[in-house]
Amino acid sequence: MLGKKTLTFMLMDAPFENARTTTALRLIDIAARRGYDVNVFAYEGAVYLPLAAQAKHANAVHGTDAAEEDHPLPREWVAAVMEEAARNGGKLDWVNCGLCVDERGASESIPGVRRGSPADFWKMASASDNVLVIPTK
Amino acid sequence: MADYILIESRDPFESAEVGRFLELAEGLAKEGSEVALFLVQNAVLAARHGARTNLPNSGRTASLAALAANGVKVLADSFSLQERGISPNRLLPGVTVAPLSAVIDHLASGRRALWH
Repeated sequence: MLGKKTLTFMLMDAPFENARTTTALRLIDIAARRGYDVNVFAYEGAVYLPLAAQAKHANAVHGTDAAEEDHPLPREWVAAVMEEAARNGGKLDWVNCGLCVDERGASESIPGVRRGSPADFWKMASASDNVLVIPTK
Repeated sequence: MADYILIESRDPFESAEVGRFLELAEGLAKEGSEVALFLVQNAVLAARHGARTNLPNSGRTASLAALAANGVKVLADSFSLQERGISPNRLLPGVTVAPLSAVIDHLASGRRALWH
């Protein structure tokens, strides 16, 4: 367990849909806190995770406005794990599958996200100590 | 021989495929691999004390307690248990409570990882 490690994760779930997203980001956060280098390849619906247009909203049922509701946004979680990695001497390289982005019109991502292809996943996996693929159901 | 971290996220009472995944864990352990089975999200429901010994739709699959007795290290995510109001003191024999960081430990040590 000693020494800096490089871990690669492939995520496939769209945000706001499944607990897998939360678990995946928890895992990435743990690795980031250890100062590991972390690669994330976001495939299919997961390219929406860092979508810059995600917005907090009011909740009429709760009777709260957007600020009071303080709805959690995956793009903020992605930014947070990027910051956590940098704070601990690691880096988080987040690659969105370009074809998946184009299909979904999801090109406006938060800073730090780059566009790539499945070939990038292969390169990341080849250069990592380990890889975890978290598939959709 | 490779060692493994198998991550089960599904409730076995919802998905019959869970039984196959547990069979895989059992088979790898019988062949001599070190195998950790990490239960997360709804998969921890099967770890409750009093949960049915034999999982549905998986007649040949060993129970979690039997897997543990046969050398599979069965771990249950502490956060998932807490979310579901399951006391860590009310789990099946052989199931150990662990933080999610245990998965990162195994990944960092180079175990082959599978998520279901």
